[in-house]
Amino acid sequence: MTNHWVDIKNTDLVLIMGGNAAEAHPCGFKWVTEAKAHRKARLIVVDPRFTRSAAVSDFYAPIRAGSDIAFLAGIINYLLSNDKIHHEYVNSYTDFSFLVNDAYTFENGLFSGYNAEKRNYDKSTWGYQIGEDGFAKTDPTLQHPRCVYQLMKAHYSRYTPDMVSTICGTPKEAFLKVCQMIAETSAPNKTMTIMYALGWTQHSQGSQMIRTGAMVQLLLGNIGVAGGGMNALRGHSNIQGLTDLGLLSNLLPGYMTLPGEKELDYATYIDKRATKPLRPGQLSYWQNYGKFHVSTMKAWFGDAATVENNWCFDWLPKLDKPHDILQVFEDMNNGQVNGYVCQGFNPLASAPCKVKVSGAMAKLKFLVTIDPLATETSEFWQNHGEYNDVDPAKIQTEVFRLPSTCFAEEDGSLVNSGRWLQWHWKGTEPPGDAKSDQEILAGIFLKIRDLYKKDGGAFPDPVLNLTWKHKIPAFPSPEELAKEFSGKALRDVTDPKDPTKVLVKAGEQINGFAELRDDGSTACGCWIFAGAWSEKGNLMARRDNSDPFGIGQTLNWAFAWPANRRILYNRASCDPAGKPYDPTRKLIAWDAGVGKWTGSDIPDFKPDSAPEEGMNPFIMNPEGVARFFAVDKMNDGPFPEHYEPFESPLAANPMSPNNPVARACPAARVFKGDWETFGKPDKFPFVATTYRLTEHFHYWTKHVKSSAIIQPEQFVEIGEELAKEKGIDSGDHVRVKSNRGFIVAVAVVTKRLMSLTVGGKKTHTVGIPIHWGFLGVAKNGYLTNTLTPFVGDANTQTPEFKAFLVDVEKV
Amino acid sequence: MALQSLDITARSATTTPSPSARGEAVKVAKLIDISKCIGCKACQVACMQWNDLRDEVGTNVGVYDNPRDLTDQSWTVMRFSEVEVEAGRLEWLIRKDGCMHCADPGCLKACPAPGAIVQYANGIVDFHEENCIGCGYCITGCPFNIPRISKKDNKAYKCTLCSDRVAVGLEPACVKICPTGAIVFGSKDDMIHHAEGRIEDLKERGYSKAALYDPPGVGGTHVMYVLQHGDQPELYANLPKDPHISPLVGLWKGITKPLMSFGVGLAVFAGFFHYVTAGPKKVEDEEEAKS
Repeated sequence: MTNHWVDIKNTDLVLIMGGNAAEAHPCGFKWVTEAKAHRKARLIVVDPRFTRSAAVSDFYAPIRAGSDIAFLAGIINYLLSNDKIHHEYVNSYTDFSFLVNDAYTFENGLFSGYNAEKRNYDKSTWGYQIGEDGFAKTDPTLQHPRCVYQLMKAHYSRYTPDMVSTICGTPKEAFLKVCQMIAETSAPNKTMTIMYALGWTQHSQGSQMIRTGAMVQLLLGNIGVAGGGMNALRGHSNIQGLTDLGLLSNLLPGYMTLPGEKELDYATYIDKRATKPLRPGQLSYWQNYGKFHVSTMKAWFGDAATVENNWCFDWLPKLDKPHDILQVFEDMNNGQVNGYVCQGFNPLASAPCKVKVSGAMAKLKFLVTIDPLATETSEFWQNHGEYNDVDPAKIQTEVFRLPSTCFAEEDGSLVNSGRWLQWHWKGTEPPGDAKSDQEILAGIFLKIRDLYKKDGGAFPDPVLNLTWKHKIPAFPSPEELAKEFSGKALRDVTDPKDPTKVLVKAGEQINGFAELRDDGSTACGCWIFAGAWSEKGNLMARRDNSDPFGIGQTLNWAFAWPANRRILYNRASCDPAGKPYDPTRKLIAWDAGVGKWTGSDIPDFKPDSAPEEGMNPFIMNPEGVARFFAVDKMNDGPFPEHYEPFESPLAANPMSPNNPVARACPAARVFKGDWETFGKPDKFPFVATTYRLTEHFHYWTKHVKSSAIIQPEQFVEIGEELAKEKGIDSGDHVRVKSNRGFIVAVAVVTKRLMSLTVGGKKTHTVGIPIHWGFLGVAKNGYLTNTLTPFVGDANTQTPEFKAFLVDVEKV
Repeated sequence: MALQSLDITARSATTTPSPSARGEAVKVAKLIDISKCIGCKACQVACMQWNDLRDEVGTNVGVYDNPRDLTDQSWTVMRFSEVEVEAGRLEWLIRKDGCMHCADPGCLKACPAPGAIVQYANGIVDFHEENCIGCGYCITGCPFNIPRISKKDNKAYKCTLCSDRVAVGLEPACVKICPTGAIVFGSKDDMIHHAEGRIEDLKERGYSKAALYDPPGVGGTHVMYVLQHGDQPELYANLPKDPHISPLVGLWKGITKPLMSFGVGLAVFAGFFHYVTAGPKKVEDEEEAKS
């Protein structure tokens, strides 16, 4: 979230799209009800299904699963053509005026630089015109035909209300009503919040859906303000912490990135990431990349990391390609993986195309699962009748099941959607032989280190030199780990302006990432968490909910990254002169008297930079402003464009009907052999989408009696019209099949899944909740990912679980 | 249950006067705002956890409602209704069903087992199962079809409004758990006042018939609803528009009271029970035929 849960109470309008907050985030949803009750806020829900969020909404608009970019692009077109934008905001704080490279083009559904054979783009034309002074050229009058504003206006003029209705199936009047309600928040004293989740991420164009939503918010001036923002609702309680700590295959902690296989030179690696300002007077905060990187390497390798060996840069893996979950199972399926350690993860249930995942795991020599529960993955080799019909005799994979504690059985911190690191305390002792994850991993690590010590090996250095200064080596405590990621001074850290002034003494915990250095004098396991555990103690454990400004900015409750800042980009809540656009929801303002930015939040800005200096609010971008034109940051185009899901009821993309390459996302990766597994609408005529129910959490709570009681048995949802066509009554059993397999479930026939007219054709949607499997106390069922396609987002590789094709028949 | 005998103002099938040493108690109420309810069923789980009850893991019969109905183990269930009050505008109305705690409780009036059903000074109607004889007449007496007889011990069960929690100054478990504040609890006066604010908000959002459900036919209730469509309570999974205690219960009380005073044993009534429990509908028809 750019903002945080409590802040939602400050909004005037809530748009829930690509998510279902009332069902999937019921506790956080209370802030929506607060905004409704105390600010007369309105709630809009746009979703293929009339959800429990829709049940308490003021306006609901149906949409075909997978068509969200068209809907949002239509809103952009509406805002631009009806002049419902926040002019001062977009002119000052975005790239509206930046001039784009003359060679950049968009034609027939494809951006310049497309390589059809490799299915990727050469992004060299997706950039700015750079002047002789090294800065990006701009035209503040916005008249230049190559300025971002003009290019964007032309790009999105194609998304007329009629086109939106054709692609999305949303009735035109409903779409326009949503546009009108949203447009009202372009007023400087009105704001909208967007709440989204997996309904946007789990598409072959998920990242671009989120970008389009962010573009709408930027046009309205709703980023950086109280009650605004782009608010990603995280599902697992610590999935935010997972990405923060860099547990994705291409990341280092704090959203730093691993070098690619061609990046063998340390200085070049740092220079590329420590971006210089692209406009005069801008901060470009990533210039400090080297300090964060070196401090991480010092945390990992201690004294072994020296300036002479480039802080052990050579020890970092150099990526040949992304090694995301789809890639790993592809490699496994091709027999290229011997062993797989599966920690807190149930891929047989959670990864797409069960038959492929199951087959891949059968090719492993060994599989280790670390989990509090008996997962389907750990029993993938066992025959569970119709729900897992495999022959154990043919599977030779050795499976080790290591029982771990769950969150309530351990101390530690969890990062919530609002980036708050909240310490929690053990509620009960773990059952049986369950051990904490750090104890299990420490055990494995110490054993492997001993083996390397004893027997040597091809590349022992990083294992032998890994920092391991725990009081009990076999049990690194949560407190020790938390202090390590927050960071400490290895030598005295002095003030760069006054070297006689010591900021942090050697051995002390640092106060924040501004104290990190690239000379080896600091160690910090995750720079964005810096200061969470300072000499003041464990700030994550703070529980003071006093709210001195009355807008939910409880700065003494836990710790928010970065720097305990609650709302990102908060400088943008003020006009260029430093006055809040809405004084009743003031976050910060320029206080000329003290020469500082002050207010209810930690400024997301250089705290003493006066407005006259012209520094802009988006300090992480070298431009200083927010980007509508993504330059080379996205794999599938600098402007979001609608493409059909890989499995779609339409034969062509209505946006570029004559170009088959531009039907589905042209830059999404598809593995050899998977094209054949995609179904076509002649055999699989219905749009399917998978989702969660409020009664259950993923595949966990089917093990919980009370959850099993309130939602006991697998079902699928079918609209009344389709049910009538197929002769299906509520309570009947139906078979739902895709080109990859089938499931059988009870039919819930409902008015809440409406049939839509898409591309002139009647289109039905089948809704498929995910929670059942072949283990647990709920009624056994089929794993729904039997049905889903093995393809992901062009940028993140998040699988396309939300839009694919099925057929339905009564059993 | 955990309220003291001093707090009892009415008991089933008894003519012994209730204790009156204590003064008037504040009347409590639970207010369920259906316009804020997201149907998460956390209240169902809180109820089963606080009261230490676990229903069967059932089946799905083609709806979201689970367990399918109230049982001796499930004292509250969510009832989901898909309606189109205005053509083309779908609404999904989700009503938390359970005991309404009537000010004039039909169950208590109908109950022949001395002290099996009591009413407290704060308005809570509670079952004391140790005195229950399992005759099921509370079900006949209830205009909301709430009590359920356990197959295990043949006794009647229903929501206690967490009388044990309320007795020590806590809110009912369902109120505590509700994530959106759709269920609130306090004095009945405060709840009526709170409802007025909610109704004003709903009217401003276009629900011109929004209203409080506190039916006078049963003397008002200590569980009340805010309804978006106050003029059509039956939209909400057949919530009765104008509930009354069955006239049969009045008839029964008329006969039993004098009988009780003569101290006649329960066995004497057995035949009569059999006659009346044959079904209220049939009896009502007979009543109508007489008039």
